[in-house]
Amino acid sequence: MKKIFLNAFLILASLQLSSQDLLDILESEAPVIENIVSATFKGTRIVNGHSIEGRKDKELEFIIAHRFGRVNTGFEELFGLDQSNIRFSFEYGLSDDLTAGLGRSSFEKTYDGYLKYSLLKQKTGANAFPFAVSLFGSVAAKSQKAIAGNERTFVESLFYVGQVLIAKKINSSLSVQLTPTYVHRNLTTIVADPHDIFALGFGTRVKLSKRVSLNAEYYQQFQKLAAINVRNSLAFGVDIETGGHVFQIILSNAITMIEKSFITETTGNFFGGDIHLGFNLSRTF
Amino acid sequence: MKILSTFFIGLFLVSFANGQERFLTKKGMISFFSETPIENIEAQNNQVLSIVDATSGKMAIAILMKSFMFKKALMQEHFNENYVESDKYPKATFKGDILDFDKMVGIETTASIKGNLTMHGVTNETTIEAVIKRTVDLVEMTGDFFINLSDFDVKIPSIVKNSISQKIKVSFRFQHKPYKK
Repeated sequence: MKKIFLNAFLILASLQLSSQDLLDILESEAPVIENIVSATFKGTRIVNGHSIEGRKDKELEFIIAHRFGRVNTGFEELFGLDQSNIRFSFEYGLSDDLTAGLGRSSFEKTYDGYLKYSLLKQKTGANAFPFAVSLFGSVAAKSQKAIAGNERTFVESLFYVGQVLIAKKINSSLSVQLTPTYVHRNLTTIVADPHDIFALGFGTRVKLSKRVSLNAEYYQQFQKLAAINVRNSLAFGVDIETGGHVFQIILSNAITMIEKSFITETTGNFFGGDIHLGFNLSRTF
Repeated sequence: MKILSTFFIGLFLVSFANGQERFLTKKGMISFFSETPIENIEAQNNQVLSIVDATSGKMAIAILMKSFMFKKALMQEHFNENYVESDKYPKATFKGDILDFDKMVGIETTASIKGNLTMHGVTNETTIEAVIKRTVDLVEMTGDFFINLSDFDVKIPSIVKNSISQKIKVSFRFQHKPYKK
């Protein structure tokens, strides 16, 4: 009797073992692989300022960006739509980690060039790393003719910007970025203006749906230009993505779109209604 | 004493049953292809895990969605972010039975594999045709089939509906080697 029970038990045990789930075996055999966190931000810009994202190898992106005048100029100016500052640029992936850009803004007829390098990547799985770091450097040259008596040399028209972009994708819908920034101007308007300005940028992206996200960005300056009544830059944007296009609708207290300008030369009071409506339209080839 | 010997014989049987013939690969290949007049999209994954239980003819496949490699990095990002939502649904799996597997020896045979394919959180019953070659130390499977994106709740926005096909051709090649645990 005991024997029968024992045999029955053993047969059951063997059946149990043979029907061990094949997917569970695959699960246990799966190697731990390195997983690079992608799409921390949709575009190469959070709103006005750069995100950690670059273009991938041999990708060319064409960006047309517009900022209209202040909405509080009223109906006569059609809420700012009569004025506009436009920047168009070509941005290209020299490799998966290095992006170069060339642009021109109509505001002060400024040319700019930048390099952005992805130094560290956020990773999960093997070799996990909690955040991503990119380095950004740019040169801007103002080409607008100076008024008589205020002539400057080419070198005096140059501005330099260096940024360390530190970002973390907290989950699939929330990303944040800290951006320590250094801006140097070769020529200042008055003696009291600093040549070097440090600022700290805060940026975030909240995904509203698969293709729509809400972005916000703020830059706190630690030195300010004395010649103009400068304010810190604050901007909000909505990203809408379709295939190779990213469309960003923007509300910003800055009319400019390059670092040296919107971080250190913004005069608009966002909460006083000095808001510029704008958009960034990008097409990747 | 008698009980003890029965126990050991039984134990031997259990270990024998457990040591059944299984074949595994960690480098299985799955590729897919979307063809439209505007754009062709293709991607390949060379790290697919697949296992065949030769005793029962059952098989299972596990596919990490982020391991699909595209020619264009932006396409890969969109695939993971917007279409298959890899953060939410990191894996696709298949579990099924190879019909008449016990009758295959040595030669290449065309066989049906019937089972459940789970992707993007949706499970569908499918039957896949495969060419199977079974020897003592190899179980090789190749084939292709079509899937409908709408069956797996993968939505294509209207603005790009002309450049992404609703029907996706999936090809696979697995070379399973004997698996000892």
